[in-house]
Amino acid sequence: MIRFSHVYKSYPNGALALKDISFKVGKGEFVFLTGHSGAGKSTIMKLLFAEQQPTSGEVRVSGHNVSELGKDDVPKLRRRLGIVFQDFRLLEDRTAAENVAFALEVIGARRDTIAARVTRVLTQVGLPAKARAYPRELSGGEQQRIAIARALVNDPAIIIADEPTGNLDERATRGVFQLLRDINAMGTVVVMATHDLDIVRQAPYRTIELRDGSVVYDTAVDETEETEVS
Amino acid sequence: MRLLTREALLSFRRAPLLSALSITTIAFSLFTVGLFGLVAINLREALRGIEERVEIVAFVLRGTPAESITLATQDIAAFPEVQDVSFITEEQALARARTELVEFRDAYRDIKANPLPASIEVRLKEGFRESATVELVAERIRSFGFVDDVRYGRDWIQRLDQLRNVTGLVGLVIGLAFACVAIVIIGVTIRLTILQRAREISIMRLVGATNWFIRGPFLLEGALKGLLGGFLSLVLCYAGYRLFRDTTGGPFAGLIFFRPEHMVLIIVFGVLLGLAGSLVSVGRHLRNV
Repeated sequence: MIRFSHVYKSYPNGALALKDISFKVGKGEFVFLTGHSGAGKSTIMKLLFAEQQPTSGEVRVSGHNVSELGKDDVPKLRRRLGIVFQDFRLLEDRTAAENVAFALEVIGARRDTIAARVTRVLTQVGLPAKARAYPRELSGGEQQRIAIARALVNDPAIIIADEPTGNLDERATRGVFQLLRDINAMGTVVVMATHDLDIVRQAPYRTIELRDGSVVYDTAVDETEETEVS
Repeated sequence: MRLLTREALLSFRRAPLLSALSITTIAFSLFTVGLFGLVAINLREALRGIEERVEIVAFVLRGTPAESITLATQDIAAFPEVQDVSFITEEQALARARTELVEFRDAYRDIKANPLPASIEVRLKEGFRESATVELVAERIRSFGFVDDVRYGRDWIQRLDQLRNVTGLVGLVIGLAFACVAIVIIGVTIRLTILQRAREISIMRLVGATNWFIRGPFLLEGALKGLLGGFLSLVLCYAGYRLFRDTTGGPFAGLIFFRPEHMVLIIVFGVLLGLAGSLVSVGRHLRNV
């Protein structure tokens, strides 16, 4: 599903954010990306959803070569992904259901299917009762669940979560993490960047640790060599 | 489509003052173009009336035999450019002068000898009335031996032509200047809308909205502003036209207003202005959000 081959990323100011990163993520995997701030987690995330392009090397995500994506292809890739951020990125002037529906409206989904799909994902994240609530009326954990519902509503192949629990208290963190595990259990690949080692220890998932732009540790480095990349 | 229209209309509600400003600027830019356009089309209309009366007058030397003149008249009538030819005798010229030049009626009554020469008057067919052809035909007529002098209103036709061109040009230049201002102002208002909605746009991009989908509402917003500005400019033009025509009257009572196709053109131009303004702004700022 995901393959990084000798990826380098430098910024115009000369800073080298990633150095020779190579890894593969296969179908159904749950992968943690860990490391201190500035280690390169966010850069990898941005490469995954084609917000940035590698300076050299190849990034393949769900069959797309990010290095060669044209402007018109980026939306196609993103429709195969669900992206979740630390700050939720919900629209304050829309209800929970409208925020989720927004993701369908802007890709031109058929109107008559939208309501049913929104209800389905709100149920999946455990918040069908909050459909009409505005973000300010929801707790942090609930807002993140709505954001995850929005990421899920297009049936993505991969969920990319950048510090999804960074703004949450312990209880909400557990809830959101469990939700991501449930999503993964249904077959969706989850790539989660986090520096919360408690979470990482809780689950027996593969962990890729970054330091100064390089991979210093990958719990599944041997298996990934054999994993078929699609 | 519904989403597109809703988003575009929302921006008018979010920033009514700025929207009004954009519309007014477009309206004034087109109003300026329109006013000069009105002057130009009325000048053209006036010129067309004058051109119909374009005549070449060949004054005949005294004592030319009538037969020569008759033959020449037939020759001239056979020119492909010529519509009709008439011969005015000395007496007819005097009679006409007496009736047409009322101010000099007394002077003409008292004179003993007729000072007016006989003349051949030639009217040209439509399509042969521009100055080059007129000159050509005039030269051919001049070559008849008995022709003393040939006159035609070349100079002032050219001058009117120039006036019309200058009017059109001045209108175009001022209008273009206004149009640039309109594009800038629309660009600024659209940019403000984009900044206001930066968060929404970034989410649209994350969930896979295409660039054209994101641009759509902004372009529609610009086009709508252009449309309204175009309408407003026509209203202003019509008000100005009526005011001028009704207060001056006299020779200006017959002034004409734009034909429907002109009006459509002005409105289309307004829409294009609006689109240009939003395209510039969207192109420059959407990359950064």
